[in-house]
Parts: sequence; C-alpha cells; structure tokens
Amino acid sequence: MTAKRVGQFTVQFSQPPRIVGAFTLMGPREGQGPLGKYFDAIVDDYMWGEYQPEKAERKFLEHAARRALERAGVSENDVDYFIAGDLMNQIVSSTFSARSLGIPHIGVFAACATSTLGLSLAAMLVDGGFARRVLVATASHYQTAERQYRYPIELNIQRKPTNQWTATGGAAAVVAAEGEGPRISHVTVGRVMDWGVKDANHMGAAMAPAAMDTLLRHFQDTNTTPADFDLILTGDLAQHGSKLFRELVKREGHTLGGKHMDAGASLYSPEQQPGAGASGAVCSASVLLAYVLKEMAKGRYRRVLALATGCLHNALTTQQGDSCPGVCHALVLENG
Amino acid sequence: MIYFWAFVVGGLICALMEYISLKFQQLTPGHLLVGLTVTGAIVNGFGLYDRLVEFAGAGALLPVSGFGAAITRGVMEEMRRLGWEGLLTGTLELVGLGIAAGVLFSTVAALVSAPRG
Repeated sequence: MTAKRVGQFTVQFSQPPRIVGAFTLMGPREGQGPLGKYFDAIVDDYMWGEYQPEKAERKFLEHAARRALERAGVSENDVDYFIAGDLMNQIVSSTFSARSLGIPHIGVFAACATSTLGLSLAAMLVDGGFARRVLVATASHYQTAERQYRYPIELNIQRKPTNQWTATGGAAAVVAAEGEGPRISHVTVGRVMDWGVKDANHMGAAMAPAAMDTLLRHFQDTNTTPADFDLILTGDLAQHGSKLFRELVKREGHTLGGKHMDAGASLYSPEQQPGAGASGAVCSASVLLAYVLKEMAKGRYRRVLALATGCLHNALTTQQGDSCPGVCHALVLENG
Repeated sequence: MIYFWAFVVGGLICALMEYISLKFQQLTPGHLLVGLTVTGAIVNGFGLYDRLVEFAGAGALLPVSGFGAAITRGVMEEMRRLGWEGLLTGTLELVGLGIAAGVLFSTVAALVSAPRG
C-alpha cells in the first residue's frame, strides 16, 4: 500500500495517468495578453451575455469542462468523477456546473491552487484504480472575485501596486489511465503555511512560503534538484511573490534561474497594468493546460514541475484582522 | 483666482489621502473615507474649515472633509438655536441634502444601468 509513496509528502504513481484532453476558455484581457495565442478559445465579453458576472463565471467553467471532454473524445458517461473548485463562496460555480454535467461531483477548495490539487486527486483516483477517467475543472472571474474578496467594481476603489488581477476564464482537463498526452508522474500535496502576512492585497507574499515549502519537500522526497526539470511553473505569485519565492528558495540552497516561470507574472503584459500580475484559480490552470501542455507537445519542455499556489483567506478573516494562510500543491508532468 | 486655489487645495487634499493610502496599505477605503470626514468635522469645530472654504471654494467643499465640516457647521447653528438638542438635530441639517441626493441619484443610476466592470 505504501509502494506509491516516496518520502514524507510525495506520491509516485506506478502507472502514471495522462492528461488526455484539455481546454482553456479565457476572457478578453487574457486573450490580449502575451499567452493569448495558446488559449483554445477567447470570449470577448466579460459577461458572456449574462446579467451577472457570477453567472458568466459558471458558464466559463461549464463550457471549458464540456469542451475538454470533446478534446478527450469522451462523453459524460465515460467519466467517473468531476472534480472542480473555484473561488466563490461554497464553490457554487463548480457545483452549479455539476448540475447539468451529471457526473458524480467532488468539490475541492484550494483557492488559486485548485488546478494542481484537482489534477493530483484525479491522478490518484485513476492510478489507484478507483476511476477510469476523471474530469477536472476550475474557473475564476475578475468581477466576481473583486465583489466577493474586495469591493464591487462599481465602487471604483483604487488598486494597490501589490494587488493582483483575478484572471477571467475556465480551464478543464481529462485525466485517464489510457490515451495520448503527458503523464502525471508525481504529486506533492502541500502544507498550509502562514507567516503572518496580514495584507490581503499582498497575496504573493502570503503564498511564497507555501510554494517554497512544497518545492523543497518535493525535491527532498524525490531526490531531485532544479536540474531535473525543464520548467518550474509557480502560480500565481506574481511579480512581488515570485521575487520573494526565488529568494526563499535560494536561501535553502537552490537556484532556479531561467527555469522558473510564474503564471501570475506571465498572463498579462505590463502595458495591461495588472498591478503585480494575475491571480485567480484559472490563472495557473490556464498557463498549465494551455501554454505548458502545448509547449510540451512541441517538445520544448519534457519534464515540468507545476506548483499552483493559493491564498486561503476570505473577506471575513481579513476584516477580522487574521493573517492570510497560503498553500501550494505540486505535480510533475512528463512527456512519453 | 478662486479657481486656481480650488484646484490647488482640492488637489493637495486628494494627494495627501493618496499618499496615506499607499503608505499604509492596510487601511481600507472605509478608513480613509471616515478619517477624512472626521478630520473635516474636527477642524471645523475650531471654525478653520469654513475659512478654507472661503479661500478655496469647491476645492475644500468637494472632498469628503467638506462633508464632515458641514456636519459640524449644522450642529453649531442648531445649538445656537436650540441649545444642547442641536447636537442631535443639527447632525444632518446641512448634509441631508447630500445624503438624499446620493440615495436618489444612485437609485436612478442602478435602475438604468447594468453591473459591469
């Protein structure tokens, strides 16, 4: 039973499951960004014809999930579980999407780390023999996140330089035992870390310690170094958080150099004035499932360590003066 | 000349608040709003804000400190008329206009516009 575990925190799959289909469906701002050409589809309207942005967010999630099934060439009946999470209270974007999909639903919450947590759980279910195929999806929306975590956009509150811009879109993938696509070889589920950052406008700083912890745990458990990977993708630490993260990792004796890429720092160009960068559950999900998967298919990257980070505060904990805990879940994608 | 000083004084008040909001990032817009209102009210307790209004016109009236000053002004006028009861009746005496207009116009705006960002 312990055969699939290495070290204290890491799972090593005996028959690594594959990502056999993925779809990223992003908003207008994301489409205009530097990674715009990697996304599978762009919706030009933030509201997508709905009256409330919450309804649009749901639509992004559901459409991405359905299109990922198409990409994998399977129907709802071929999928055993639908793992989904988002940033809304009670993860309603996920559960409301699950109504029409009709696939047994596992709701997860890891804020912006939902992508790698969902994929990790899916891989564990598949490699454990509990599922043939698992559909994983997440979504986020700039306007819904602003309303829930900060202020309604109509209030016109000034943004701080450390503020991150919640990405709009949906991303989904199908994880299966058989098929074509990169394999998920290892998974390291992270610990919740809290170094006492109380500024909810500075999520990068709150999540950087978690990213460092999970990265080091993964290196330790699998006996690897940055040299074993072509790309180390963090997300969404954004500009300030990435700097902190690299500094923390350096202090522990690892230099990431050009191998480190942060999803939050890559989604928008500086001209788009996103503050410190992007955030949101779909931020790391879309960079992983669009940019990384496509570059892996081209052969540019063969082995990628993805570390999605999440800031686990809510509006109430911030108002009550609590600090922001961070979490980071890692997985390794391999070609072949 | 009043336009010039309105521009300078109004701009300075806003620049100061901008500086505070960037310097102390834990402050929410609520803190800044209430802070500036209360400051205006206190300053006018010494009759100073009204002098600034004479000097800078709308530059002093438009920032929310002008709203705070108007609360104090209303209270003091009512206290002269009624005595201590003026403390209660005067609070909204002069600013009631602003509050009622705010409620009315935002209701109208909410009716004719869709939420967007």
